[in-house]
Amino acid sequence: MRKVIMGNHALSYGAMLSRTQVISAYPITPQTQVVELLSEMCADGTLQAKFIKVESEHSAMAACIGASIAGARTFTATSAQGLALMHELLHWASGGRLPIVMGDINRAMAPGWSIWTDQNDSLSQRDTGWMQFYVSSNQEVVDTTIQAFKIAEAIGIPAMVVLDAFALSHAYEVVDIPEQDKVDAYLPPYKPYARLTPDAPCAFDGLTGPEHYFELRYKLQKDMEKVPALFDETGREFEKIFGRRLEAVEPYLCDDAEIILVTSGTAGFTARVAVDEMRKEGIKIGNFRIRMFRPFPFDAVRRVLAKASKIAGLDRNISYGYHGIFCQEVKSALNGSGSSAPVFGFIAGLGGRDIMAASFREIVDIVRRQDKPAEEINWIGVKK
Amino acid sequence: MSKKRDAKKIVYESARDFPQMPMSQGSMLWNKTGSWRNIRPEIHLEKCTQCGICWKFCPDMSIVIENEFPAVDYDYCKGCGICAAECPMKCIVMVEERK
Amino acid sequence: MSKQKKMTLTLPTEELVGSGNLACQGCGANLALRYVLKAFGKRTAICIPACCWAVIDGPFPYSCLGIPVYHCAFETAASTATGVKAGLEMIGDTETQVIAWAGDGGTFDIGIQSLSAAAERNDDILYVCYDNEAYMNTGIQRSSATPTGAWTTTTPVKFPKDQPKKDIDAIMAAHRIPYQATASIAYPEDLYKKAVKAKNIRGTKFIHVLAPCPTGWKSRPEDAVKLARLAVQTSYFPLYEVEDGEKYTLNFKIQNKKSIDEYLKLQGRFRHLKPEAIAAIQAEVDRNWDRLLKKVTAR
Repeated sequence: MRKVIMGNHALSYGAMLSRTQVISAYPITPQTQVVELLSEMCADGTLQAKFIKVESEHSAMAACIGASIAGARTFTATSAQGLALMHELLHWASGGRLPIVMGDINRAMAPGWSIWTDQNDSLSQRDTGWMQFYVSSNQEVVDTTIQAFKIAEAIGIPAMVVLDAFALSHAYEVVDIPEQDKVDAYLPPYKPYARLTPDAPCAFDGLTGPEHYFELRYKLQKDMEKVPALFDETGREFEKIFGRRLEAVEPYLCDDAEIILVTSGTAGFTARVAVDEMRKEGIKIGNFRIRMFRPFPFDAVRRVLAKASKIAGLDRNISYGYHGIFCQEVKSALNGSGSSAPVFGFIAGLGGRDIMAASFREIVDIVRRQDKPAEEINWIGVKK
Repeated sequence: MSKKRDAKKIVYESARDFPQMPMSQGSMLWNKTGSWRNIRPEIHLEKCTQCGICWKFCPDMSIVIENEFPAVDYDYCKGCGICAAECPMKCIVMVEERK
Repeated sequence: MSKQKKMTLTLPTEELVGSGNLACQGCGANLALRYVLKAFGKRTAICIPACCWAVIDGPFPYSCLGIPVYHCAFETAASTATGVKAGLEMIGDTETQVIAWAGDGGTFDIGIQSLSAAAERNDDILYVCYDNEAYMNTGIQRSSATPTGAWTTTTPVKFPKDQPKKDIDAIMAAHRIPYQATASIAYPEDLYKKAVKAKNIRGTKFIHVLAPCPTGWKSRPEDAVKLARLAVQTSYFPLYEVEDGEKYTLNFKIQNKKSIDEYLKLQGRFRHLKPEAIAAIQAEVDRNWDRLLKKVTAR
């Protein structure tokens, strides 16, 4: 069924079609429509789920953790300050190996108060042991949410589906909403590795000494390392059923590209438009969109970017005192790969400032002018 | 006592043997808390009225019922002395632990 | 022995708290859970935040409890328990009851937000606060449950706690939950009866148990039960129930109140108190008792 829906509702549909059993969430702009629609779906029986209306994001994630260890499929959504408030419990969910799926609407962190997009909220949670999938269209929101449950439950690691505030969350697009029976075939009911039950009483997530903690975290990393193959496998399976391929990275015209733009989120979508325009002018340029940020798709990044002679990384985020975060990950992935292509770092769009096709033209002009980066960070669209 | 039978420590040879998450695989019965004791309760049953108060107030489930009389499970009794303090007949005395 | 008489047992014999646990000698918190689980039985799941019980249960890969346990974050006992209950129901287990089991720090202080929210939603859980009146697990630091005059490692004898204990029971009553009670490890039958009552009520239940801590109170381990009894007999910690936030029932009618001094003098944490400070505590205890009596008779 094709329907014109907003990005936030695409997240609600993804959770609904995945037959989420427990939802726990707290309102925050720009996430609210996600939970409003889910509340309605729960109220009218479209979705057989319990919606726990908590008093904070901290409790939202705590309730998700409780429901997940009880054996239920669990979903929440938040943004910015809310995600930051959850921080402690993000570690709890991943350390407890609970396959919770969460939508994060990328919003800039206060102060000053901002409701507009950038990626510093989700990237501040980079090391919490969650998978992070960055999407660029409403179709991807629905599809990735369903796939996220499939991967999370297969490997026992929680997953974040990340979309830009307003640019996607409030943008209306045509979405092919998958049929329920097909989703059921793709995503069977959740079978937990272990759960809280009086029939086999166990204590979970208690005191763990130095003789045990290390191995448990080693196992988490080893399982994270299995995710790129799992993403590929579940993406192909998705294609067989729904006709749309889901890949961890999306190279666009990269095969013969001399300059490759590395992007994520909706900026990746804008970048494609810019690439098409510049291609018409004979500039050999491609766009490489990273969808799976955690685990980082090292192999795919090396394979695709190795061919480029110059790489431009666009970040709608910053690690203060260092670089844009995607860019630094790309540099680290290429280190030792044999690629000698210089990586130019660009920061744009913090706090919701627009990233336009013209922004990419500015980026490409800088990259073409310089043999190697003159600056560690090139700022796009800031009044210096 | 059956509880002594499954009192074993769990040893993992490799990460493979670990569960996915920190999840218990056995009881604490391997931990013989009787070794914490400095003083031990001795029950003089001739005065015991079988009131059950020592059993009721033992924080360590170490007063067990044998033939309808209380007995001390010295494997786990930590020697807190609550049983002796609460016994209305004063038939439990705390004596220095023999080590 | 020729006696044919059976031993008098006023509580069920099933033990769901196992031996070998890591509780200190004479631990009141151990007794509290022992009694509550005798009432709740095997079909129970429990959520334990950071508190003494996070340690008492035993480290990975062990547990001393005969029921499923989730060790949750410090401030999340209530919200995690709510999630567990919802999750269990959604997978078809409507029978298993869920207990949130937290200390005073996790209840009066860091966990009060999620507790208040669960109570406001009237989620179907039993929340038990075993109150040992300080952060005992981290080494006896002051909490808002620490009574006036007490020494802790953050309220040294030269500057003991000079604020009264927070009235958590009044706070819970303001939520108008269907059932709440205070209880004491010195009155196990009363605690057991209250837990059974809570088990049969749907909605949020709250039981506040005074659980003496010999380590933190600087008292003798064998005095743990005696102290819990004196707390009731002096009316420092009266035993009562509240239904729907307004119907107060006094469970232990005190005829001749014992002087608070009898209770204080057995505890090293009050040893520094001068007579006038003890008199002030006595006055505070009397005032609280009068307040409670007014609530009991107001109905």
